[in-house]
Amino acid sequence: MEVLQLLIGGVAQGCVYGLIALGFVLIYKATEQVNFAQGDILMIGAYVALTLIAEAVARGWSIHLAFWLALPLTMVVMAAFGYALDRVALRPIIGQPQFAVVILTIALGFVFRAAAGAIWSTEPQTLATPFTGKKIVLGGVILGAESLAIIVGTAFLSLVLFAFFRYTRVGVAMQAASQNQLAAYYMGIPVKVIFSLIWAISAAVAAAAGILLAPIATIDPNMGFIGLKAFAAAVIGGFGSLPGAVIAGLMLGAIEPFAAAYGSRAGLPKGVPEVSSYIFMLVVLIVRPQGLFAQIYKKKV
Amino acid sequence: MRNIFKTSYVQDIRLFEHGGHVFWYGLLLILVFAAPLVLPQFFVGEMSLVFIYAVAGIGLMVLTGFTGLASLGHAAFLGIGAYAHNYFVTKVGVPFPFALMLAGFVSAGFGIAFALPALRMTGIYLAIATLAFAVIIEQVFSHWASVTGGFRGVAVAKPNLFGWQTTTEVHFYYICLVVLIVITLGTRNLLRSATGRAMMAIRDSEISAQSMGIHIARTKVTAFGISTFITGVAGGLLAHKLQFISPEAFDLILSIQLLLMIVVGGLGSLHGCFYGAIVVAFLPQFLSLVKDVLPPSIGNIPGLQGGVFGLILVLFILLEPYGIYGRWRKTRLFFEIFPLYRRATFKRQRGYLKTERMK
Repeated sequence: MEVLQLLIGGVAQGCVYGLIALGFVLIYKATEQVNFAQGDILMIGAYVALTLIAEAVARGWSIHLAFWLALPLTMVVMAAFGYALDRVALRPIIGQPQFAVVILTIALGFVFRAAAGAIWSTEPQTLATPFTGKKIVLGGVILGAESLAIIVGTAFLSLVLFAFFRYTRVGVAMQAASQNQLAAYYMGIPVKVIFSLIWAISAAVAAAAGILLAPIATIDPNMGFIGLKAFAAAVIGGFGSLPGAVIAGLMLGAIEPFAAAYGSRAGLPKGVPEVSSYIFMLVVLIVRPQGLFAQIYKKKV
Repeated sequence: MRNIFKTSYVQDIRLFEHGGHVFWYGLLLILVFAAPLVLPQFFVGEMSLVFIYAVAGIGLMVLTGFTGLASLGHAAFLGIGAYAHNYFVTKVGVPFPFALMLAGFVSAGFGIAFALPALRMTGIYLAIATLAFAVIIEQVFSHWASVTGGFRGVAVAKPNLFGWQTTTEVHFYYICLVVLIVITLGTRNLLRSATGRAMMAIRDSEISAQSMGIHIARTKVTAFGISTFITGVAGGLLAHKLQFISPEAFDLILSIQLLLMIVVGGLGSLHGCFYGAIVVAFLPQFLSLVKDVLPPSIGNIPGLQGGVFGLILVLFILLEPYGIYGRWRKTRLFFEIFPLYRRATFKRQRGYLKTERMK
């Protein structure tokens, strides 16, 4: 029972990692830009949702109505934010080394954190959702409604994204742009706009992850640091594979609670559980430098 | 404008390109040696922080600016150097200069041990691996209490040079200055040597470097070793400067500050380390001065320093990717060839995206 209980909690956490990693991978796959600010975009998304829900509840709307209205609205707002971010900050440096983008997004993360602290204060806040505090007991396993919402939400979003990339014109154009930018450009695909759209989708996914994460964590400007762990998930997943990112996120989420619960009993040194995900990532990288689901090919000269 | 007529290949790798350099660097040397005589104690202390940052920046520059390997975890090596130095001085009783070198070697040992498996990775994977390494090392600092003092940290005494106990900021200033000069000259020499030029070749194109007969793996490991050695030495000095070291002093923020330093200063130039160090060391002081002038609603934002650091970095990447040193070179060229300066002079040749999916 204890194992199952730990696993459920781990899977819920892993889904959040997976969603953030999905955002990383979406951007990387299409544009080869690595967005270190993904976690901070999640944080802003959570704050936007918090503000919207608080506003609606203050007007006497029910929490259900407020939440289900705020969820899509936040995703739309954050999509616009992502689009604008790409247009203003990322597009001018297309063609510069990847390293420049890494530093730029890290720096943007700092700016976002300071801005969020200025706008919403640095006090940790909690997001009221319809799931808060509800529990389902299933054969001795206690299932928090928040965790269930995360798992269902992640599955739903993954399916929507899969269908989007498989069946819509824009989705196929995005795939083309990610496989070969120049060829896609010659085929008449507006690659720059596609890039901005990818950023928009990625920001919307991050916002959804933020809203799902908020009930099991608190909202504060530093909550974006969860992005670093999601980063490990994206790397393990191979950084170019959408299913890989989700699977790796689930793996990391599952490893952490077990390392915390059984680590000292198994004789691991202190501090290992905290960094278990990074150790796992380093091991994967050393064994398979391109990640588990690799997409790098050797160029023939 | 000075035109140098080259008559031999040796001229290309001279320490000083022409007499003008000898004069200006000599003048700078005299100024920094004389500075403590006129500057107040506070500024002398700040200057030694600039020197320490510059040493650490040179360490990272060797790796990132000259070999093209990004590291997001150099604070870990700074920390390893700091703890190792303190351990050798207090627990083993090694004299200060040797302890500083040993700290460098310990840090380099860790760096090489990390680099050997890590060099199978490239680009972004390596950057993430260094980040993970730094997070893990921070945990080691916290939990290996017998050496590091754990969460509580350890106090660091003032340096003692073979029985001469240094007491003032001025003494420490000269120690940092001497270390900085040695490291700068050493790195300058490294860059003129075959190893250094091999590093730059790898940075510019791994494939062409390989086809020119450069041993890629060995050169990269060498770069890692040298870079972490220098960073470790800077860590030893930083321990004395902070007077108290604890694990959270060497967190991700510090790694990013180091990166910020070399990017703002100018990637790929030794000058850049110095400009960047000045910015990073003086910005907190500058902000606390400005805070009094600004309205409290802006001045009291908790993450203000991080935000301003971030904003500076964003603006530099977008508007001046070559950093302060690049701006200086452009300005100088503008006046040298006035009115013939063209903006395209410093433009990158290749504007398209270099894919990393093919390697």
